[in-house]
Amino acid sequence: MKYVDEFRDRAVAAALAERVKQTVRRPWTIMEVCGGQTHAIVRFGLDSLLPKNLELVHGPGCPVCVTSVSLIDQAVCLASMPGVVFCSFGDMLRVPGTRGDLFGVKAAGGDVRIIYSPLDALELARKHPDREVVCFAVGFETTAPAWAMAVAQAKQLGITNFSLLIAHVLVPPAMEAILSSPQNRIQGFLAAGHVCTVMGYEEYEAIAQKYRVPIVVTGFEPLDVLEGVAMLVSQLEEGRVEVENQYARSVSREGNRQARSIVGEVFEPASRAWRGIGEIPASGLRLKPAYSAYDAELKFQHELSQLTEGKEDPDCQSGLILRGLLKPTDCPAFGTRCTPERPLGAPMVSSEGACAAYYRYRSHVTREA
Amino acid sequence: MSGDKSFEPSCPLPVSAKKTVQLAHGGGGRLMQELIQDVFVRAFHNPMLELLHDGATWPVEKGTLAFTTDSYVVRPLFFPGGDIGTLAVNGTINDLAMCGAKPLYLSAGFILEEGLSLEVLQQVVNSMAEAARAAEVPIVTGDTKVVDRGKGDGIFINTSGVGLVPTGVRVLPTLIQPGDAILVSGDLGSHGVAVLSVREGLTFDGHVESDSAPLHRIVTDLIESGTEIHCLRDLTRGGLASVLNELAVVAKVGITVDESTIPVTETVRGACELLGLDPLYVANEGRFVAMVPAQQAEAVLAVMHRHKAASLAVHIGVVTDRDPSMVVLRTVVGTHRVLDLLSGEQLPRIC
Repeated sequence: MKYVDEFRDRAVAAALAERVKQTVRRPWTIMEVCGGQTHAIVRFGLDSLLPKNLELVHGPGCPVCVTSVSLIDQAVCLASMPGVVFCSFGDMLRVPGTRGDLFGVKAAGGDVRIIYSPLDALELARKHPDREVVCFAVGFETTAPAWAMAVAQAKQLGITNFSLLIAHVLVPPAMEAILSSPQNRIQGFLAAGHVCTVMGYEEYEAIAQKYRVPIVVTGFEPLDVLEGVAMLVSQLEEGRVEVENQYARSVSREGNRQARSIVGEVFEPASRAWRGIGEIPASGLRLKPAYSAYDAELKFQHELSQLTEGKEDPDCQSGLILRGLLKPTDCPAFGTRCTPERPLGAPMVSSEGACAAYYRYRSHVTREA
Repeated sequence: MSGDKSFEPSCPLPVSAKKTVQLAHGGGGRLMQELIQDVFVRAFHNPMLELLHDGATWPVEKGTLAFTTDSYVVRPLFFPGGDIGTLAVNGTINDLAMCGAKPLYLSAGFILEEGLSLEVLQQVVNSMAEAARAAEVPIVTGDTKVVDRGKGDGIFINTSGVGLVPTGVRVLPTLIQPGDAILVSGDLGSHGVAVLSVREGLTFDGHVESDSAPLHRIVTDLIESGTEIHCLRDLTRGGLASVLNELAVVAKVGITVDESTIPVTETVRGACELLGLDPLYVANEGRFVAMVPAQQAEAVLAVMHRHKAASLAVHIGVVTDRDPSMVVLRTVVGTHRVLDLLSGEQLPRIC
């Protein structure tokens, strides 16, 4: 398949892996920020091609994993309300909150629908003026433009039975939170290619310089990841600190101006609690006052005010895993109390979650151990 | 009242009486008899069904009987390349074929939702009749029930089937041996993607049609060719990956397959890439795997290639004695990873 096969070529993969082996002299710990990259690494077994002294740490870039328990609880509460059509991307339905997940709401008779595009949800609202269409707006900078577009169109068309429960998060503040932690071990980043497709990579230049950490904007195909790793270890070995762009076929320095502009028109930065990490200032998005009529947290504040603070399962180590301080297989609950069938925490749910990826593709490692 | 020109002093039958399924269609009375005669018997017509007895009877030949049942709950009812009716007939025929049996007769049980358009029912029944005729496996007995509106999803169909395994033929998962070649009969995932495309209103460049097809003639041909076959299994729900896992567990063997040899069309791959689905887990309705002794692989493939539904059959892997119960995939980049069972349905990813 064009634009896919050429980035999965076996011989080129072997050559890139060899280039990494030739370059690496010392042990390094690097983080791939995005869950899509984690998925590619485990799906294609890329880490088995890399030298042992190069440690890949999986970052917090899975939107499903970092959505707080309190927000899941709010989603479950809203989805259970009569008259509500609750729209979500598929991954979110299995994430456990304090009182069950969205699949449970669906089974109990709630109208929970999997959507592929925010505009599909808007269309639902247009078709069903007698229902309240509430959307779980989850994701990083990649999905924000589509939600912004849906809200802008809703306002333009005068659709009022449409609102967003916003769980949107931003990548650079999370990277800074990791880097400024006293326990930080990360020496270089593979930045998330699709986030940079939208946002560009100007804002990473300041992070690289402030924390003296090299960053390579990297794609998601096996050869992208391997080339990104090769570029990053070259920087590390040569002592360079730069923001380089491996994913140039998709990413420019300034990003997608139109997408950035609609996000800036509709959303503004806000403090956000990350599951397993905690509150990070200006790391999320909320609707600007001009669009606050579409904010489900305000629209349904009476119903949501009944909820108590969400609680994480005490055995779930997802905070340590999302910050790169623990490998999924080091968690005592991994594969025993916590499985994809009965997840304790979100990283075991999403296909991009580090725990689920390890369970699915690596279970023989633990079975053998 | 006299001024109302639309007023007509007559009491017409409800318009819907003739056009949609009523609860009375399942009530055992005249409406039910009409439905059975006008819709089912007329479409499926064959001497055994036309007796309208409580069951079908026939004399038994020598050999081993195979018996299977499957229920069909498909949304939407119609999709490119087939509908719930073709699935219900081909699916049960294929389950019999995978036992090494020649399918003989089918039953059809219908659970209809009150309010279902009779035209839709007729279309589905016609597809079943056409599929049964094409496969030469008659539907000889059946049942109809009607449930209240809102208690069903249009039509649910159960089909059961009886087949005859010729004397001396044994095709079973427990016969799978280390060293066996693993063959797949064609490209994967088109059924699942075709259904998804209509269900979710997704459009792709290139048309995807369900691969729904009866496989019994291929199996009969394989058996009659005298090639040795250890196990056959059709790749329905859960796709190739799930089936290989089931077989590895039952046969207590390891399985290694090579991703680069597994056929998937460009359009299906493209759709799966976009949606974050893995074609190895996507459903098929006209594909199967065969586990055969390695030295028989070429001969088996040659027989399979004679049939349109298996014209793309290829060798994709090998049964091993390493890592019993585990399926390992050699990825396109040359690494190895476990191809595990999914915990539930595949869910499209966010980004």
